[in-house]
Amino acid sequence: MNEIAVRVKNLSKHFEQVLAVDNISFEVERAEIFGFLGPNGAGKTTTINILCTLLMPTCGEAIVNGFNVITSPNEVRKSIGIIFQDPSLDERLTAYENLNFHGMIYHLPSTARKGRIEEVLNMVGLYSKRDCIVRTFSGGMKRRLEIARGLMHKPKILFLDEPTIGLDPQTRQYIWDYILNLSQREKITIFLTTHYMDEAEICQRVGIIDHGKIVALDTPRALKNKYATSSLNDVFLEITGRDIREEESDSKERLSRFLRSRRLR
Amino acid sequence: MDFDALRMIWLRDLIRHFRDRVRLLGSITRPVLWLLIMGTGLRAAFNVHGISYTHFIFPGIIAMNLIFAAMQSTISIIWDREFGFLREILVAPIPRSSIVLGKALSGSTVAFIEGLFVLAFAPFIKIHIPWVNLFLLLPLMFLIAFVCTSLGIAIAARMTSFEGFGVISNFVIMPMFFLSGAIFPVDNLPHWINFIVRLNPLTYGVDLLRWFALGIKIFALYIDFLFLAIFSFIMLGVGVFEFSKRS
Repeated sequence: MNEIAVRVKNLSKHFEQVLAVDNISFEVERAEIFGFLGPNGAGKTTTINILCTLLMPTCGEAIVNGFNVITSPNEVRKSIGIIFQDPSLDERLTAYENLNFHGMIYHLPSTARKGRIEEVLNMVGLYSKRDCIVRTFSGGMKRRLEIARGLMHKPKILFLDEPTIGLDPQTRQYIWDYILNLSQREKITIFLTTHYMDEAEICQRVGIIDHGKIVALDTPRALKNKYATSSLNDVFLEITGRDIREEESDSKERLSRFLRSRRLR
Repeated sequence: MDFDALRMIWLRDLIRHFRDRVRLLGSITRPVLWLLIMGTGLRAAFNVHGISYTHFIFPGIIAMNLIFAAMQSTISIIWDREFGFLREILVAPIPRSSIVLGKALSGSTVAFIEGLFVLAFAPFIKIHIPWVNLFLLLPLMFLIAFVCTSLGIAIAARMTSFEGFGVISNFVIMPMFFLSGAIFPVDNLPHWINFIVRLNPLTYGVDLLRWFALGIKIFALYIDFLFLAIFSFIMLGVGVFEFSKRS
């Protein structure tokens, strides 16, 4: 097995007029915790979506776990787990059903599935809630269930797109302890995006992306040394400036989506 | 073909369907309204093929429940896209064709059950279907449901909003239902309308249903089956193509 989990080379992605990802290259080593930082709309989620085979790159190459995302998407899909930025649970189903269905489409045999569901539900402290409909869960509980689901099929690489956004400090702490423990014990590669600088500090290396370009990539310590500051926050502001950015998906679309979902309930 | 994926998609849609009791109510009241009100009301004015109007529209009302339920079931694709679950399915290591076929089978199952509700009315309106024909009607209803669901998938796979799907599906369901021979005979229509009737898959479905339920038909059996098979094959192809696209 090679020691590179993710290799991205001259990757670009155009959306109609917008250049979301602009010729980026980087590598993530196996069992590394790699953080992707950047202001809103910098291209973080687009990059993750390309790496997990949801989007096609416009040009360039991305190899995940030794497989090309363009030519062997199914092999890539088998070896990754992903926790999306926006919720992706079926809220009409119970926690157990969500996990059971996940196990089915990742081809876990039914006996192994049962054991694994119990295991991951205990890990995220939701075992007692297994037969509750997900719609009744709090935001933190849903997030924990999504993390349980992403880990169920024992992926070699786990992508986390802003995993702790909107969570209380207790849940954040819990999730982080869990992720750190996991990466040490199971040698899982963790690729995450975050806005929280304290979370970025935990990463072994961070890449800072802005306007679709990688503008810095190093260990948190090296970055702080380079910019002669004691906090990663200052490094971030130094590199990306102090302007406030547009939301990633256009806010009007968000609003209409919100209204639509209200009307349907 | 990935049977785990098929089973997952089928089972999930069925669980969701039967948890939603209001939808079941609609599928029962709709045919009752048609059979009772339209059937009784128009009985005096219509006398087609020497049978009562209520009997004439009975196979058509089965087809109505099949197409309504089938198209409605495919809204779940838009629903899943809107609420994020579609991504969970799309990043899974399963062939896109299994996703589409799973959806087609779950929609057909739901529509088939709603078609059964109508079939159960037969004794109450004094239609006596021979046992053999009754058993042939069951797979036939499933086939028609499958054809309609494939069409719904081909439409839903391209749509991004509920509103859009509502408009398009109404624009499709209503003419398909009216111009299928479900509520009036289509063997003696003006040329231009006949053209649409012949392109409508539901025409052949209704023709088959009427043959097995009442012993009346217009087209040869093989034409009916051939058209239905080709149509659903093309629609599923469109669905798989749309699901395989990565923008």
